[in-house]
Amino acid sequence: MDHFPTNWGRPRHEGFDAYGTFPIHQRPTNGPKDAFKEGIERTQQPIVTGTSVLAIKYKDGIMMAADNLASYGSLARFKDISRLHAVGNNTIIGAGGDMSDFQYIQTILDDITTEEFTAQDGHSLGPAEIHEYLSQVMYARRTKMNPLWNALLVGGVKDGKKFLAYVDLLGTTYSASTLATGFGGHLAIPLLREAVEGREDTLTEEEALRIIENSMRVLFYRDARSLNKYQVAIVTEAGVKISESLKVETSWSFAEGIRGYGAQTQ
Amino acid sequence: MTSIGTGYDLSASTYSPDGRIFQVEYAGKAVENSGTAIGLKVKDGVVLAVEKLVHSKLLVPDANRRIQTVDRHIGLATAGLLADGRNISNRARDEASSYRDIYRSPAPLKAIIDRLGLYVQAYTLYSSVRPFGISTILGGVDENGPSLYVVEPSGVFFGYNGAAIGKGRQLAKTELEKLKLNELSMREAVMEAARIIYLVHDDAKEKDFELEISWIGPESNYTHVHVPKDLFNEAEAQAKAALETFE
Repeated sequence: MDHFPTNWGRPRHEGFDAYGTFPIHQRPTNGPKDAFKEGIERTQQPIVTGTSVLAIKYKDGIMMAADNLASYGSLARFKDISRLHAVGNNTIIGAGGDMSDFQYIQTILDDITTEEFTAQDGHSLGPAEIHEYLSQVMYARRTKMNPLWNALLVGGVKDGKKFLAYVDLLGTTYSASTLATGFGGHLAIPLLREAVEGREDTLTEEEALRIIENSMRVLFYRDARSLNKYQVAIVTEAGVKISESLKVETSWSFAEGIRGYGAQTQ
Repeated sequence: MTSIGTGYDLSASTYSPDGRIFQVEYAGKAVENSGTAIGLKVKDGVVLAVEKLVHSKLLVPDANRRIQTVDRHIGLATAGLLADGRNISNRARDEASSYRDIYRSPAPLKAIIDRLGLYVQAYTLYSSVRPFGISTILGGVDENGPSLYVVEPSGVFFGYNGAAIGKGRQLAKTELEKLKLNELSMREAVMEAARIIYLVHDDAKEKDFELEISWIGPESNYTHVHVPKDLFNEAEAQAKAALETFE
C-alpha cells in the first residue's frame, strides 16, 4: 500500500508517463533506495604504528617495556617515540597499534586524572580504575564502528597490590602475570611465561630486567617492525620510573654462514 | 545606606542617579561578613589561607572547604556565600579544562582570571540573576612564575602581591604590607599566613574557626594542595604563640 495520497491514481514510475503531466519532483519516490548511499565512512586502519609491548610482574611490582619505533607501514619512520606513558603516580600504560590514537588516549587520561586531582578528596585513580575506564572507552568506540586502534597494557601497584591487564581495540580485556601485545604475543609470551610464572613474588629487579631484555632481543631479531632501542618502565610502591632508551645487544656473526646475509662466495 | 527606599536598589540592571549599582554593593556586604581569606605571592610560589568560621559544633572537622583546586597548578579561596564559592570554582575548573582541551597545555592564570571576570560580571547584567556574593582569590604558578588575582562581585579583577578579603581584610592588609613578600620562602609564607589569620580573628565576636592553608610551589611539586599536616600543625602552633606575645 502506498500511503502517500499524492501518488494515488498516478503511474508508479515516471518511465510509464514519458510526457510528465504531473509534478514529479514534489512527490516522494517509491523506487528502490540505496540504504548505504549516505553511509558514513571512517578511516578503519592504523597509519603510524608501534609494535609489541611486554610486561611482567616481579617482586617489587610491574616491569613494562616497549621499543622507541613508530612505523609508517613497513618504513621505520620515527625512531624516538616513547610508547610508555605514566598515568598518575601508580600506573603505567604501554601501547601498540596506532600512535595518534595512543596520543589521544594520553590526553583523555590526563583529563580524568586532572579532574580527579581537583576534587582533592584524598582519592586517586589506580591501575585498576585506569584499566576499567580504558576498557569502557575502547568498547564504546568499537561499538560505534570507530575503534581506537590500539592494544594497551596497563600495569601498576597501589595499596600493596600489583595489577597488570590488557585491553585492545575491541574492548577485550584479560589479566595475567605476563602480558604482551602484537608480535610479542607470539614470540615473547612463551619466553616470559617460562621465566616468570610461579616466581612473581621472588623475581628481583635485576632478574626481571634480564628476562625483559632477552625477550626484546628475540623480538628485534624476528619482528621486522621492531627497533634495537627500547625503554623499560618500573612501577613499585615508590612510584613510576621510565628509563632512558636502552640498546639491545645483538650478535650477527651467525649470519656469515647463511646465504643471503654474509659475503656471497658463489 | 542612603539608597534605602529610593527604589534604585531593586535590580542590578538599574543605576542610581549618581552612577552606582546598589545590588553589586550589597553583594560586597556579603563578602565583608565572611571569614577572612588571604593570599601571598612569594618568590617561588603562592600561599592561600582562610579563616573558616565554624557555625556549629556538630559539623565534621574540615567540612565545607573554602579553598578549592581549579587545576593542578591553580587554586582559589573565596570569601562570602559558600555556595557561590562552589559555583565559581566549578566554573573555573571548566574553564581550565576547556583551555587544556583547546591548547593542549596547562592554562596560564591570566586566561582563567579573564574568563572568571567575564563570568562574574555577566551576573550583574540581568534582572533574572543576582550578583555573586563572593570575592575570589585565585593563585597559581604557571610558565611566567607565580601570580595572584582577586575577582570582586562586580567582575573587576586585579593582580596582587598580597591579597586579603572578608571581615579582617583591613588588618590583614596592613600585616601583609609589613612583609617583604618577594623575599619570603614558601615555608615562611605559610607561617606568616597562619599568624595573620590568627591575628585578625576576632575572639570576642566570633565563635570557633578552622584554619585552612594551601600552597603551590617547589615543595608541592608545583601542584595546588593543602599544606602537609606536620607543617600545618607547626604553623598553627607558632601562630598561637605569636598571638600571645602580641597581646
